[in-house]
Amino acid sequence: MKIALIYPELLGTYGDYGNALALSQRSTRRGIDVDVMNVSITDELPDADLYLLGGGEDGPQRLAADLLKKSSLKQRVANGAHVFAVCAGLQILGTSFCVEGNDAYEGLSLVDVETTRGSVRSVGELLSQVGENKMVGFENHGGVTTLSPGIEPLGTVLHGRGNNGHFDGFVTETIWATYAHGPVLAMNPWLCDEVIAKVTGNNLTPLKTAADQLYAERVTSLSSR
Amino acid sequence: MSSRLSLRGFLALSALRTVNSLSRGTGRGSGTVAGGRVGLAIYPKLLNDLSKNRQVILVSGTNGKTTTTALCVAGWGDKVCSNATGANMPAGHVAALSGSSSPHVVLETDEAWLPVALEATNPRVVVLLNLSRDQLDRATEVRSIAERWRSALSKTAHDLVVVANANDPLVVYASESAKNIRWCNIETPWTSDAVSCPKCTQSIVRTSGSWSCVCGFTKPGCVASVSGSEVRIDNETVQTSLSIPGQFNVGNAAMAATALDVLNVDPSKSLTSMKSVTAIAGRFAVRTWQGRKIHMLLAKNPAGFDALLQSLSPGTDDVWIAINARIADGKDPSWLYDVSFEQLRGRKVWCLGERRLDLSTRLDYANVTYEVVNDLNSLPKTSDTTELLANYTAFSDWMQRTTA
Repeated sequence: MKIALIYPELLGTYGDYGNALALSQRSTRRGIDVDVMNVSITDELPDADLYLLGGGEDGPQRLAADLLKKSSLKQRVANGAHVFAVCAGLQILGTSFCVEGNDAYEGLSLVDVETTRGSVRSVGELLSQVGENKMVGFENHGGVTTLSPGIEPLGTVLHGRGNNGHFDGFVTETIWATYAHGPVLAMNPWLCDEVIAKVTGNNLTPLKTAADQLYAERVTSLSSR
Repeated sequence: MSSRLSLRGFLALSALRTVNSLSRGTGRGSGTVAGGRVGLAIYPKLLNDLSKNRQVILVSGTNGKTTTTALCVAGWGDKVCSNATGANMPAGHVAALSGSSSPHVVLETDEAWLPVALEATNPRVVVLLNLSRDQLDRATEVRSIAERWRSALSKTAHDLVVVANANDPLVVYASESAKNIRWCNIETPWTSDAVSCPKCTQSIVRTSGSWSCVCGFTKPGCVASVSGSEVRIDNETVQTSLSIPGQFNVGNAAMAATALDVLNVDPSKSLTSMKSVTAIAGRFAVRTWQGRKIHMLLAKNPAGFDALLQSLSPGTDDVWIAINARIADGKDPSWLYDVSFEQLRGRKVWCLGERRLDLSTRLDYANVTYEVVNDLNSLPKTSDTTELLANYTAFSDWMQRTTA
């Protein structure tokens, strides 16, 4: 599995390397070959099975959006590549987002969703129901994201804000997006495995890691609030 | 001191002293933050008045503020007024200034409060150490701090000297609006927050010993530099022998000496005096717990953690790491993934603190040997000194648990 970590110098504010690390560790421990490529802003977008987008501050987010608009990402996704995006990365995938005030900035339009500036920042732990599983994480953003009809949210918010207090992120045939930043895949082993299984087409063998205990503890702690 | 004060200032100071005398555990003459708050509430200009006719050094930055403040105090010599307890916002500054009439003042200053402190204390020197990500859930993102510093420093007078780290592009961006700057060439291994240029967001290109951007923004020429344990300021070279560990502390000492040099304290004299700093509020101290010797190391964010991990002596020793995520720590432990724990491979890490499972998960993915400690009595006994790295409130917990 070839994983491309997109512009970590722009989109790497909140431990976003954690997602690449968890994907690579959970794959290699099962004997799946993994190549993680750091894509710098001066690099051409390499061929990859999975592109990772992290979180970032306003200026860097705008630059990342500009570079990605000019890149081959949209074409590659149309050809079947996968994307896992968090926070600012989530916003960039949509039609527009807000930075530095309330002016809308054009996104990649990979998915028909729009982000406007919320009245307050959404900061804190996030718990959502994703299918049969619970997802835990930490969010820190100023956006309110609205999904167009037909676009499915990734999860239903049980604690925290996500897109709008009701739903978090979105999911398509090849894209996952959530407001839970950085190490969300490290904290949610089932979600990390779901992404690996989907991208590689493999049925994964069970894997015990330290993350199992952390995941159980955070779900219990957040469910009781 | 009353000559510095207006009538309202005098009344505010009287109220402050009353609060101080009511606060338990206060030594004679020392101020309290509670007193400082009351004083400022009665007279918002109290900090301005208390700073008049004194030589003030402000010290700010993400990491090393408390240590560098202590180094400035030790290097300056006798009777320096300082907020030694680390109360680094205006109430703490008022508390320190009201408790001492010394004409020499060194104030550790919270990054977000630097513009206020600059305006109120009219400092002679401001020392700017570094800027990196820290507690992003409650603090502002680091680039907006740099913007605020830049704006505040652009309004300062020519007689303010800024002593600034030339290897941190965010600090250079923040400082270059000042009129009188002494740049320091200080080893700054953490670069992750200034990979893209603070001026134009293009990539900053790093070559050995320098950095630049295509927009023309580049590392400025330095008056001070560090090489190993040697500090050079202008043309004077001084061999340091600090009592506190870490290459980053030689850098802190060089910046402190550069600041004191502005106030005519000779670097050879100030750097020699800095040897008297052995521990600062427990940091770097060796303390005792259940017959064990514990080396207390405080690290609150990725840059600080990385610097401390690099300063650990080589070997296969055990390391204890304690992580909490209370409000004072920042409630989001995602930053653990920004620390290069991979360099601990070959050692064994004992995971402590309220967020020990976040730590064990991070270490597991880093392929570092670890053990989660749910019962402190299960910690191994050893005659060697154990290295303990802890973040803010975890460090406080261990200060209470251990004895001097």
